[in-house]
Amino acid sequence: MDQFLQHVLNALILGGTYALLGIGLTLIFGIMRVVNFAHGELYAFGAYMMYLWVMVLGTNFYLALPLAVLLGVMLGALMEFVLLRKMRGADIDTTMLIMIGAWIALQNTQQLTWTGVAKSIDSPFPTSPLVLGSVSVSWNRLFVFIVALALIGATYVIINRTRLGKAMRATFQDRDTAALMGVDINRIYTATFALGSGLAAAAGALLGPVFVVYPTMGDLASLKAFAIVILGGLGSIPGATIGGFILAFMEELGAGYVSSGYRDAMGFLLIIIILLVKPTGLFAQKERIG
Amino acid sequence: MRLIEGKIGMMFRTLKTALAVLGATLLAATASAQDTIKIGVTQPLTGAFAASGNYVTQGAKIAEEQINAAGGVLGKKIQLIVEDNKSNPTEAVSTAEKLITREKVPVMLGAWSSTLTLAVMPKLEEYKVPMLVETSSSGKITTSGNPFIFRISPTSEMEAKAFSPLFKKMNIKKADFLATNNDFGLGASKEFSAAAKAAGVQVGVMETMDPKATDFSAQLAKIKASGSDTLFVTTAVEQITLILKQAKDQQVKARIITTGGSNSPDQLIQQAGDAANDSYHLVFFTPWFPEAVKNPDIAKRFVSLWNEKKYHVGGLTEGFRGWDGIYTITAAIKAAGKAEPEAIRKALWNVKVKGINGDIAFIKQGPAGKESAQNVPSVYLVKIAGGKVTRQ
Repeated sequence: MDQFLQHVLNALILGGTYALLGIGLTLIFGIMRVVNFAHGELYAFGAYMMYLWVMVLGTNFYLALPLAVLLGVMLGALMEFVLLRKMRGADIDTTMLIMIGAWIALQNTQQLTWTGVAKSIDSPFPTSPLVLGSVSVSWNRLFVFIVALALIGATYVIINRTRLGKAMRATFQDRDTAALMGVDINRIYTATFALGSGLAAAAGALLGPVFVVYPTMGDLASLKAFAIVILGGLGSIPGATIGGFILAFMEELGAGYVSSGYRDAMGFLLIIIILLVKPTGLFAQKERIG
Repeated sequence: MRLIEGKIGMMFRTLKTALAVLGATLLAATASAQDTIKIGVTQPLTGAFAASGNYVTQGAKIAEEQINAAGGVLGKKIQLIVEDNKSNPTEAVSTAEKLITREKVPVMLGAWSSTLTLAVMPKLEEYKVPMLVETSSSGKITTSGNPFIFRISPTSEMEAKAFSPLFKKMNIKKADFLATNNDFGLGASKEFSAAAKAAGVQVGVMETMDPKATDFSAQLAKIKASGSDTLFVTTAVEQITLILKQAKDQQVKARIITTGGSNSPDQLIQQAGDAANDSYHLVFFTPWFPEAVKNPDIAKRFVSLWNEKKYHVGGLTEGFRGWDGIYTITAAIKAAGKAEPEAIRKALWNVKVKGINGDIAFIKQGPAGKESAQNVPSVYLVKIAGGKVTRQ
């Protein structure tokens, strides 16, 4: 029973960051129809910026966090402006190839800048964990979980309660009609990509101090994010949130009670089953045609 | 008109100078190609094992400089041709092919991880070029019948055997195992659990993890529940760092012992901090107390050369492999009297080299008639206590 409770707690904490990763990716895909292979690199970028602020420049941890996210937002906006704006209207394969190129370029730049040696980031949290009866969790992870939930909540508010969000939703439903109604499509696209990138960078900046930071850390993050998005349905934010938690529970309980060797297979097994039963994913909105 | 002629004349002169420079460089290049003996090196310089691969390469390059400063071998300088295998078995095969067919190297050093080395092995047989294996520890490498393999690093079996007396000494009653899910990790878990059983130790849970994974909460929850007193961990330093930190978060009480020698205690102290304390590590070089090794003079010289270059101090436990590898290869070239693959392969069987790890010499392993060569290296156990590496 103790073991089960520990597994549940671990899965909850892990699910929060998975959801954060998934939302950024699903947002970009839903609104822009861009398969963002560079998503994991924004995650790594966020972690490295956290390292830069905290360990190199000696900035306060809580100040470094928004700074790292802000840099992620700026990099996202820059990437959209330089790489994607010219390709507006190009088919999904073309932009996908561009993003694969961006992924490789960013990852190698990180390797060149920071070398392959893993870096660790000091955090201001106590080193002894929070003990709740028979289970325990580190303070740092609890902090990550709470901030992740807050960011997910903030994203909902932006999408559902603001003018920008309204324009984003209109663009998601029908780009051309939205443009005809006076929505500045270019601005919406840049904002969407920047927001999605910022969420990935936030996940990296939050998890950098929990794990270690190294150039290829984004690969696994990308893989998980894609799994979550497919699980929840492409373009669906509630889908990505719930998908993140489902994946975390599958992995944690699968590894705990079936076999840890197949930990990553568990998630993908579930995806196969869901796609067989409901090919659009759990919460997909109606497919847009054309 | 004259002005134009002048200009043309000047252009010609510039062109001629350019040609002369180009020609000279080309000549110099051919001259140096004739004057050097090439040694191929395939290491993971990028990707998951980038840190370790770079350390081994740095160690190998220090050896190259030292050997050349002392006059080289057979009257020629040695020249390392380093290729990046990107921590990827497919790339490892192409680097080997490129080194052998395009660079025409007569001997190679590589390829860090067991999976990468196993991928390269068929190419060695195809082109009949020997390779010195500096890090990989999977038993399969020397038992599968590839006569072009010369391994200086210990097999997991040797490591487990060296550890065997310690089961009793450290009062281990029940042990769990956590290993990275590849040839290296699975091989080590198998050998160490067998050694544990032979020593009368109860084997608890045997867990694995993806080589790229960063979260081990599920595995650690299971290990915590098993109630063992000791946990054997086999993977590279990045994952060990995370396991130490996460084991502390989940209050895993078992004492952690890491195997495989790619555990860089200095890096663990730096990155896992307090969580690294009271963990034990099997290493193949002890730069913290070079006087403890078999050839302390060489070890001390290597440590001082490494520090002179301002290389990362945590890389010493990997870097020494590159040094030992290149010195062993050079000794074989010298004994062979010529830089040809078959002559070097034959000569490698008889080399006796004073290395940083100890005295290097090869014994036969694997099926008769197609034996691979295996060195019997030294294995040391160190403990991290109070943020320092201490002798055990």
